[in-house]
Amino acid sequence: SKTSGRIIGGMETIFLGKKEIDEELLDELEELFVTSDIGVSTTMKIIDDLRNDVSRKILKNPQQLKNALKQKLTEILDIDNELVKTDDKPYVILVTGVNGAGKTTSIAKLAKMFKENGMSVMLAAGDTFRAAAIEQLEIWGERAGVPVVKQKAGSDSAAVVYDAVLSAKSKKIDVVIADTAGRLHTKDNLMNELKKISRVVKKEMPDAPHEVLLVLDATSGQNAVAQAKTFGTEIGVTGVILTKLDGTAKGGVIVGIVDEMQLPVKFIGFGESMDDLKPFDAGEFVEALFESADETDYS
Amino acid sequence: MFNTLNEKLQSVFKKMRGEARITEDNIKEAIRQVKMAMLEADVNYKVVKKFISGVQEKALGEEVLKSLSADQVFIKIVNDELTSILGGEDPSASKITLSSTPPTIIMLVGLQGSGKTTTAGKLAKHFQKNDKRVLMVADDIYRPAAIDQLEVLGKQLGVDVYSDKDNKNAVDIAQKSYEYAKKSAKDIVIIDTAGRLHVNNELMDELFNIKKAVSPDEILFVADAMTGQDAVNVATKFNNDLDISGVILTKLDGDARGGAALSIREVTGKPLKYVGVGEKLDAFEPFYPDRMASRILGMGDVVSLVEMA
Ligand SMILES: Nc1nc2c(ncn2[C@@H]2O[C@H](COP(=O)(O)OP(=O)(O)OP(=O)(O)O)[C@@H](O)[C@H]2O)c(=O)[nH]1
Ligand SMILES: Nc1nc2c(ncn2[C@@H]2O[C@H](COP(=O)(O)OP(=O)(O)OP(=O)(O)O)[C@@H](O)[C@H]2O)c(=O)[nH]1
Ligand SMILES: [Mg+2]
Ligand SMILES: [Mg+2]
Repeated sequence: SKTSGRIIGGMETIFLGKKEIDEELLDELEELFVTSDIGVSTTMKIIDDLRNDVSRKILKNPQQLKNALKQKLTEILDIDNELVKTDDKPYVILVTGVNGAGKTTSIAKLAKMFKENGMSVMLAAGDTFRAAAIEQLEIWGERAGVPVVKQKAGSDSAAVVYDAVLSAKSKKIDVVIADTAGRLHTKDNLMNELKKISRVVKKEMPDAPHEVLLVLDATSGQNAVAQAKTFGTEIGVTGVILTKLDGTAKGGVIVGIVDEMQLPVKFIGFGESMDDLKPFDAGEFVEALFESADETDYS
Repeated sequence: MFNTLNEKLQSVFKKMRGEARITEDNIKEAIRQVKMAMLEADVNYKVVKKFISGVQEKALGEEVLKSLSADQVFIKIVNDELTSILGGEDPSASKITLSSTPPTIIMLVGLQGSGKTTTAGKLAKHFQKNDKRVLMVADDIYRPAAIDQLEVLGKQLGVDVYSDKDNKNAVDIAQKSYEYAKKSAKDIVIIDTAGRLHVNNELMDELFNIKKAVSPDEILFVADAMTGQDAVNVATKFNNDLDISGVILTKLDGDARGGAALSIREVTGKPLKYVGVGEKLDAFEPFYPDRMASRILGMGDVVSLVEMA
C-alpha cells in the first residue's frame, strides 16, 4: 500500500498487556475516541455506558470491554443503508455537501458502479458556479462513458437538473446523478437554491429526487454534525457518502451523526479514482476506527 | 452552538465570582469547561491537554493572587494565552515576505479540496491590487480540469497563467514557469499544486522536488477550517517534509469553530497568515489571532465583558 505509518497505535496497543479494567484504560479509550473525531459528547455517552457496565460487573475484563465497545459502535452504525427503492425511471440522485468534500468525484464513482451493474447513467452538471466545475464533471463523464447534461457556466442549476431528468426520461436512462455546487450549510440563499432544484424536479417526478446524498469529508471534525443537521432538515438528506477515508482521518464524527439523526452512511470513498467507492459496512468501519493508520486499507 | 457554550461558561464563571483568588479547587470545573469547549472546537486532544496544563500553571501563579475577581482573571488568562499562541497581536508576523530579487515564489500545498486553487486566485488578486505583476502556475497535473479551473480564475482577474497540458511532469512545469516568470519580469509567482494525502510518499516527494527546483520564498500550507483531530498528523508531515513557511486557513465563513488553527500552530510552530472567508476571490483576510481565539473558545461575549471591566 502507498501509505506509511503514524505514531498513534490504535486500540490494540491500548489493550496490550492489560489484565484489568481501570480508569487509565478508560481514559486512553476516551482519548482514542476523541482523536478519531467521535466528539466529546458522543464519546462521554459511550464511555459512561461502559463504565456503568463495568461497575455492575457486566464487563469483567479488558477483552469483554473491547468486544462490548465494538459491538456497541457497530449497532449504532448498522442501520438500513440500502438505496431507496422505486419503480420510477429515471432514478434521480441529488448529491450535495460543503465545498471540496468530494461530491463531483463521488458522482463519477457512483456512475461507474451503476454502469457495472448494467444500468444506464446520465450526469447533470448542476454546479454552474465554481470555476471549471462543468469541465471537471465532463471529464469524469467521458472516463465513465456516461453522457453529461450541461448548460453554460452561471446558468440556473435547477434548470440543468430538470433538463437532465427530461432527457433521461425520453432516452429511457436508468439513473440520473446531479452534481451541485459546494455550499456551506450556513448560507441560506444557497440552501434555498438546493431546495429549488428538488422542487423543480418534483414537477416532473413527484417522488424525485429519490436519494439526496450528503457528501461528508472524513477529515472534518465536529462541524460535520452541523452540516448533517442543516442539510438533513433543509433538504431531506437520505444518506451520507463518507469520503477521503484513505488518509489517516478516521471519520469518527459519523458515529454521533448516525446515532442522533438515524441518517445512514450509504457509501464510503477511499481514493481519487473511479474504483475507490463501496457500500458502507459498519463492522469494517468500526474495525478501522480502532486500527492504526497503516493497518487500514479499505480497498 | 456558541450561545449554549457561552451560557455554560457564564454559569461557571458566575460561581467563581466573589472568590478572592484562583485556587486549584475553584478552577477545576472551569478548566473542565474550557477543555470541553476546545475539544468541541476540534482542537487536537493532546494540544488541549498541553494548553490546559500551561494555563493552569499561569492561573495559579502570583499575578492572579493580586487580582480582585478570580473568574475574570481566569478567562483573561485563557484568552490571552490562546491569542498569544496563535500569533499574538503582531500582524506583521503574518505578512508574506517579498523577495529582494523578484520574482517572489509562493507555493501552495495541502490536502485534497482544502482550497489551494481558490486561494491562488485570492493571493493573485491581493498582489494585483498592490500593483504587482503576478503569474499563477497550473501545477496540478492530476485532478480533472484543475488547469481549466486556474485558467478561469486567471481570466476573471486578468492575471497571467502558466500552464502546459501536455507536460506530465509537475517539477518540470514549475521549473519552466520560473524561467518564464523571469523572462516576463513578474514580481510574484503563485504555484498551485495538486491536493494530496500526507501519507502518499510519491506525491510528497513530488512537492519536495518542486521545492528543490524553484526554491520558493513561501510554502503555504492551505488547511480547511473544518478539519478535525487529524490536522496534527497532516500538518506535521507537510511541515517535516517541506519546512512550510506559513498557513492559510480556508472556509472560515461557515460556523466551524476552527480549532485546527491551534493544532496546526502548535505542531508546526509556523504562523497563520491569511484566512479564506468565502468562495469569491476577494473573500480573503489577514489572520487575526484574537478573533480566532474567541472563536475557538466560543466565549467572545465573556471576553469582551472582561475587557470592558
Ligand atoms: N484522497 C481522496 N481524495 C478524494 C476523495 N474524494 C475526492 N477526493 C479529492 O478531493 C478533491 C475535491 O473533490 P471534488 O469531487 O472536486 O469535491 P467537490 O465536493 O465536488 O468540490 P466542490 O464542487 O468544489 O465543492 C479532489 O482533489 C478529489 O480528487 C477520496 O475519497 N479520497
Ligand atoms: N465557503 C468557502 N469556500 C471556499 C473557500 N476557499 C475555497 N472554497 C471552495 O472550496 C472548494 C475547493 O476549493 P479548491 O480551491 O478547488 O480546492 P483545492 O485545494 O485546490 O482542491 P484540489 O486541487 O482538488 O486539492 C471550492 O468549491 C471552492 O470554491 C472559502 O474560504 N470559503
Ligand atoms: Mg464539485
Ligand atoms: Mg486545486
